[in-house]
Amino acid sequence: MRLEAKAVVVPGDDIDTDVLYPGAYLNVTDVETMKQYLFEGLDPSLRDELGGETTALVVGANFGAGSSREHVPQAMHAWGVRFLVGRSFARIFARNCLNLGLPIVTCAPAAEAVAPGSEIVLDLDEGRVTVDGEVFPIPPFPPFMREMMASGGLVSWVHGNLDATTRVV
Amino acid sequence: MPHTLAQKILLAHTETEAVSPGEIVMVRCDVVMTNDISGPMAFKAMERMGVERVFDPARVVLVPDHFIPAKDERSAELQKLLAEWAERQGVAFYAQGRGGIEHTVLVEEGWVVPGSVIAGGDSHTCTYGALGAFGTGLGSTDIAACLATGQFWQAVPGTIQIEFTGEKQRFVTGKDLILAVIAELGVGGGTNTVLEFVGPGAEALTIDERLAVANMAVEAGAETGLFPADETVAEYLDGRTDRPWRAERSDPGAEFAQTARIDLDSLPPLVALPHSPGNVVPLDEARGLKIDQVYVGNCSNGTMTDLRQVAEILRGRTVRKGCRMIVVPASQRIYREALSEGLLDVFVAAGAMVSTPTCGACFGGGTGVLAAGERALTTTNRNFRGRMGSNQAEVCLANAWIAAAAAVAGEIVDPADVLEGVPV
Repeated sequence: MRLEAKAVVVPGDDIDTDVLYPGAYLNVTDVETMKQYLFEGLDPSLRDELGGETTALVVGANFGAGSSREHVPQAMHAWGVRFLVGRSFARIFARNCLNLGLPIVTCAPAAEAVAPGSEIVLDLDEGRVTVDGEVFPIPPFPPFMREMMASGGLVSWVHGNLDATTRVV
Repeated sequence: MPHTLAQKILLAHTETEAVSPGEIVMVRCDVVMTNDISGPMAFKAMERMGVERVFDPARVVLVPDHFIPAKDERSAELQKLLAEWAERQGVAFYAQGRGGIEHTVLVEEGWVVPGSVIAGGDSHTCTYGALGAFGTGLGSTDIAACLATGQFWQAVPGTIQIEFTGEKQRFVTGKDLILAVIAELGVGGGTNTVLEFVGPGAEALTIDERLAVANMAVEAGAETGLFPADETVAEYLDGRTDRPWRAERSDPGAEFAQTARIDLDSLPPLVALPHSPGNVVPLDEARGLKIDQVYVGNCSNGTMTDLRQVAEILRGRTVRKGCRMIVVPASQRIYREALSEGLLDVFVAAGAMVSTPTCGACFGGGTGVLAAGERALTTTNRNFRGRMGSNQAEVCLANAWIAAAAAVAGEIVDPADVLEGVPV
């Protein structure tokens, strides 16, 4: 799996889910409406940098700390975000991204090499991320994760594995 | 090979024979829980998976609690959807007026037993670690997979073992213990791990206090926060559940990712200052901060233990002019118990508002959000920027003693000063 994208940088560490998508809007279930509130508590002008079909968000440490709200990665996905590169990710946020078919890459040197607008290439099969031509190795995704990414996320993975995973009644 | 408690629980819920940290396994759920926020999105995802019925209706629980009672039409639609879906699927449903805050309800109603695995569509599902259960918070798509198949994928976590030694001092509660842990580890320090709480200081905690500690394990980034089950848990579960369970603990020689020790003899009451649960200072350093609103409640500290502490401070005293106070019993059971014990009358007489059980203002959902420039002191678990309303508001986290004392004084004070009548 090989993905190319232009970098949008979200500065700072420990960026929490509440500033990424404030609680007051959690009763929204329509993704087009969700898009309007992404980054609302952090810096709404970040939304102006999105909108292309292929964006990579580049973030700091412990990105997405806090809540399990899936509104955050759903809105990101709908804005055209294709993957994230960061120093580190909070656990539930990371799961939510992966489940939606959004690869997350923990690679501090790559995150540091990025400038706004950098061209980033993620190659999951080769295990590397390239920032403006500079190559950074990343640990290989486990087989299950590669399989889930290839199928586009957990929904289609479960759909494709129903015989293996559902209880026979 | 010796395993940690978390690994033993996961092993008992997978098809694999051995587990090592980092390895991805499919984990079977004993219970799947979701609410009015994560539920509706999960139901849609489950449909897209091509699954019509939940894997086992007897293992699924729905608790509407975030926007209860509905604050607007959109929230009302979510409550309606939840009720209809529960009816159609034949799963347990704790309707408005019959339940309360999800984590409190699941524990009170006997869904949580030691050694079980509980997947919840809310990050504070780690609360169930108080009873030795692997409760873990998941997003809507994960919950959809759990509803459809009864399983979720999980990278086997390492364990950070925290030993509490010594004895708690006056006005120190479970809240202070977990704030001390978060200060020690950092808000990302527990990522990819489970916290395990042991030692005489852990064993001496009541269930209410253990709930407060386990609840905020996620604030250190951890997957859950486990107390090995003991006699205190057995007593609590006696008559409350017919689910089978047995007490487990980490094997001797189990390998821990990290260990830490917190000495309760020297632990003062603590306050987490804005805008992070890791921004922790001793109470003394927070004294004098003006408080506009005090909020007692939520899934960490809305228990009878908390309400009794508040009542002890408020009895015969009033909330200071210019300060507001909201008390939210975490469940209908607690609400009724506080009512019959006369606590709610103490709160109302003091000038506090008593709310029905809800997540409410804790996450900025409603029922008491903050204006720009205001500062709240709460017993809740998150003080992120904008968490309770305005982005220009501030939230400080502390225990119920400190919260009640701040309401009386209109600023952060030592509860002892309020009880002893020291003028502020």
